[in-house]
Amino acid sequence: MSNIPSNLKYTKEHEWVRLEGDLAYVGITDYAQDTLGEIVYVELPPVGESYAAEEEIANVESVKAASAIYNPISGTVAEVNEELDGSPDLINEDSYANHLYILKEFYLDDYELLLDGEAYGEYLKTLE
Amino acid sequence: MRHTPLYEEYSRYPGVRMVDFGGWNLPLHYATGITNEHHAVRQRCGLFDISHMGECMVSGPKAGEYLDYLTTNRVASLEDGQIVYTLMCYPNGTVVDDLIVYRLNSEEYWVVMNAANTAKNLKWIIEENPKASLYKGEVKVTDFSDHISLLALQGPKAEAVMAKLSPEAASLKFFRFFSDISINNIRCLVSRNGYTGEDGFELYCDNEQAVDLWKLLLEAGGEEELIPCGLGCRDTLRLEARLPLYGHEISEEITPLEANLTPFVKLDKEDFCGKEALMEQHLKGVPRSLRGIEMLDNAVPRHGQPVFLEDEQIGFVTSGTKSPTLGIFCGFALISRQKGLSFGDVVEIEIHGKHKRAKLVKTPFYKRV
Repeated sequence: MSNIPSNLKYTKEHEWVRLEGDLAYVGITDYAQDTLGEIVYVELPPVGESYAAEEEIANVESVKAASAIYNPISGTVAEVNEELDGSPDLINEDSYANHLYILKEFYLDDYELLLDGEAYGEYLKTLE
Repeated sequence: MRHTPLYEEYSRYPGVRMVDFGGWNLPLHYATGITNEHHAVRQRCGLFDISHMGECMVSGPKAGEYLDYLTTNRVASLEDGQIVYTLMCYPNGTVVDDLIVYRLNSEEYWVVMNAANTAKNLKWIIEENPKASLYKGEVKVTDFSDHISLLALQGPKAEAVMAKLSPEAASLKFFRFFSDISINNIRCLVSRNGYTGEDGFELYCDNEQAVDLWKLLLEAGGEEELIPCGLGCRDTLRLEARLPLYGHEISEEITPLEANLTPFVKLDKEDFCGKEALMEQHLKGVPRSLRGIEMLDNAVPRHGQPVFLEDEQIGFVTSGTKSPTLGIFCGFALISRQKGLSFGDVVEIEIHGKHKRAKLVKTPFYKRV
């Protein structure tokens, strides 16, 4: 059973978003890391670049597959998680503690449209 | 989806991940993951179920001659108990499939092929190749694919494990086989070969006995820490060892000469299907060839990604991965030849819309000592 913290919001593409003040942290869910398997490389977006919601923004590569990450909410990249450069497997260890990037100047409206933990959990059940 | 006789057995392993491999439901990896399984095979040993592979017996007084015509390597000169890696080509020189051929005796040859190509191959061998009608009635082809299971025991400790079950089989030399080995009353054909770049054995038995053989091998390999391995590490292992994969390094659009499989193409043979085209390619020089690539910018190269030199596309990636043994991002690309590129030269690969630098390197990436 996948771990789904209730304080985050989710997309059907298996990204999560956590708000902290003016910033939005974005990562992939436990389900996503488990499905991908051992992650060997993460391609992160350039800092300062703006992305629309649902625009391809990053790539997570595992031994077996590549998975595109679609930006969950419109915004500007404030920071990327550089730790992932040397240790992409941190996402396998804890996909919620290890975000991919942080957005600033994001649209709160987009955030409100995301799934809450319960809805995401229900969605995962439909995939089984 | 199709299953091998070991399908029920997989569910006994918590955490096993299954994959649809050309219509076959097979383990991609078990709970420990692809990387650990890869290391197990490099350092100790691993056990693969590859029962999806196709097998047929080609028999009759002219069976050897026929296979010698149908494939690029020397089959006619094999000795009893010897095996050969060979390629079956179309008249235009591109590849129908790559095969392992076992000579049981002068009138019986066991042919092993890729699962996804089995139906196509049988058609080609039985009726579609240019000399099919000439040999009709003189050569018999019997498909055993649905009746025979195949397990691969691979790794430096494979011999020690095999010795516990059959000292005779453990004494096999590389690319040799015994056709009638009894392992706890299970009749097997055992050969010394594999697809991992390590020492190892492949064991064929009747489907009904596959589960017993699987269990016997795992039990015998307890001390050597033998573990079941999935198709995921089979791919990373073969890639490091520069063993081609059909549909990637070779295909109906790629010739063996382009894929640098020249040692397995005997152009001095009197005749074989595809010889004329391959000879012409050999004399004129191949238009493109397979090169090893090592990424300078981090990214995983994957099949089909375009390769650029400056702004011109000069080829595409055939396979790529992060090598578990070396820790580098590497793979192969089929690159146009006239560029005069050499080892150490830098090309660019388009990965997720971005150009990433890679250098051409010598292969194999891994060679056992």
